[in-house]
Amino acid sequence: MIRPGEIAIVGAAESTRIGSVPEMSQIMLHADAALNAMADAGLKPSDIDGLACVGNMFPQQLAHYLGLVPRWVDGTGVGGCSFMLHVRHAAAAIHAGYCRMVLITHGESGKSRINATPRPAEPQSLSGQFEAPYGPFGPPTLFPIPVLRYMKTYGVTHEMLAMVAVVQREWAARNPRAAMRDPITVEDVLNSRMIAYPFRLLQCCLVTDGGGALILTSADRAKDFPQKPVYILGTGESVETTMVSQMEDFTSSRAFRVAGPTAMQAAGISHADVDHMMIYDAFAHLPLYGLEDLGFCERGEAGHFIMARNTAPGGKLPLNTNGGGLSYTHTGMYGMFALQESVRQVRGTAPAQVPGVKISLCHGVGGMFSASGTVVMGSERP
Amino acid sequence: MPLPTPLSPGRPKPEPTPETQHFWEGTRRGELRLQRCDACAKVYFPPRPFCPACASRKVSVFAASGRATLHSYVIHHRKVPGFEPPYAIAVVELAEGPRMMTNIVDCPQTPEALVLDMPLEVAFTPLDEQITLPLFRPAQGDAA
Repeated sequence: MIRPGEIAIVGAAESTRIGSVPEMSQIMLHADAALNAMADAGLKPSDIDGLACVGNMFPQQLAHYLGLVPRWVDGTGVGGCSFMLHVRHAAAAIHAGYCRMVLITHGESGKSRINATPRPAEPQSLSGQFEAPYGPFGPPTLFPIPVLRYMKTYGVTHEMLAMVAVVQREWAARNPRAAMRDPITVEDVLNSRMIAYPFRLLQCCLVTDGGGALILTSADRAKDFPQKPVYILGTGESVETTMVSQMEDFTSSRAFRVAGPTAMQAAGISHADVDHMMIYDAFAHLPLYGLEDLGFCERGEAGHFIMARNTAPGGKLPLNTNGGGLSYTHTGMYGMFALQESVRQVRGTAPAQVPGVKISLCHGVGGMFSASGTVVMGSERP
Repeated sequence: MPLPTPLSPGRPKPEPTPETQHFWEGTRRGELRLQRCDACAKVYFPPRPFCPACASRKVSVFAASGRATLHSYVIHHRKVPGFEPPYAIAVVELAEGPRMMTNIVDCPQTPEALVLDMPLEVAFTPLDEQITLPLFRPAQGDAA
């Protein structure tokens, strides 16, 4: 079994620009981020012998584009948390000796849609037969479907779900790269345009272009790189169902309940050890589900926890400190950007740096609660 | 029983597969067909020729009651082909246990009218000659 801190992140970077990047196609967003991450680590393409990225037949396209000769590839695509799974798989592969230096990339032309992945209708799939006929149209109509049940079960209010967006905008205001930086109030959120009741525009993620890349190697080699190593302490993953209507429990994600505790147990940490946290926020309810399913709050308490400013600047559990998918950026698969912010916080280089981050927990969700991946990172090798 | 509001054109049309054929035959004949495991009695949806709880291939198709309660929903406010906004995309919990996505007809598409746990009944609504969708409407008193 892999031990905490045996693998480290030695290179990390986002694409040169994020937001609206009409000068780059999707594959170039991958490449731009990969080149930046290689520069960050002081590496050349010939140093890389493992590659992970999302997409059917895409690892070979990208390997060729970047001039890589991988001896290990992973094309796992389970939505926006795929990169958390790539980190977990890459750590295992390096540990097993399948490869020494893994590049994980993300690029998505979510806004400009240049060479973007088409999303074909599949009328013979189970979703195509048993969800599509009832009018869902993209994540804003599907991801929030469990929310009213969660609200009724625990007495969660619209104000609590608005506060998620308010707090994250406070973090974004401290980050020059964030797309949305002007302060907002609970009233602003509740007066913004209705998208899919109960959620309004400011409770839905942005749609942007961008990319990111990570480079992992064994901790034994990690001290030879220009950047301070960020150690992988523990990881977890799981999947549930691509059909949100078939989730076991509308007030909790089974995939979260598997991935999160698996990562924390592997890292050998307790909740009190976590200095900084990222919870993938495609929509405003996800941080609440994450806080509860990972055991940082009791059932039904996460809304109160956020209202009490525990996750805000100066709070005891700084959360989504880049501004999140709601205010920083969201290309479609935001998980890579959550990982990048955890790396920055552990390195001590984040724009809204939390003082003294030793342990950061980064928790991702994939497609409408269908998948989850968690990565615990640390500044020191245990 | 009044006919539900006719469906607008453009709604995505499901294409049955060998494993789901019985479900779509059922809705066309006015039956909401579920499956029950002969070994462990689990009732499940969506259709498949084995039990997701115990993996037995001995399963039976049966006609469900058509009674359900409103489990959760969103009300979509943007224009989508085949739909007039605002419209609710709902998940109902069938009396037999499984949940399914559907639309709620004969009911204002508002949070005030769409109350969680309200009783519902199936309203079979033809999409075309091949496909009939199991929509739901507020239960009509004791007759439901």
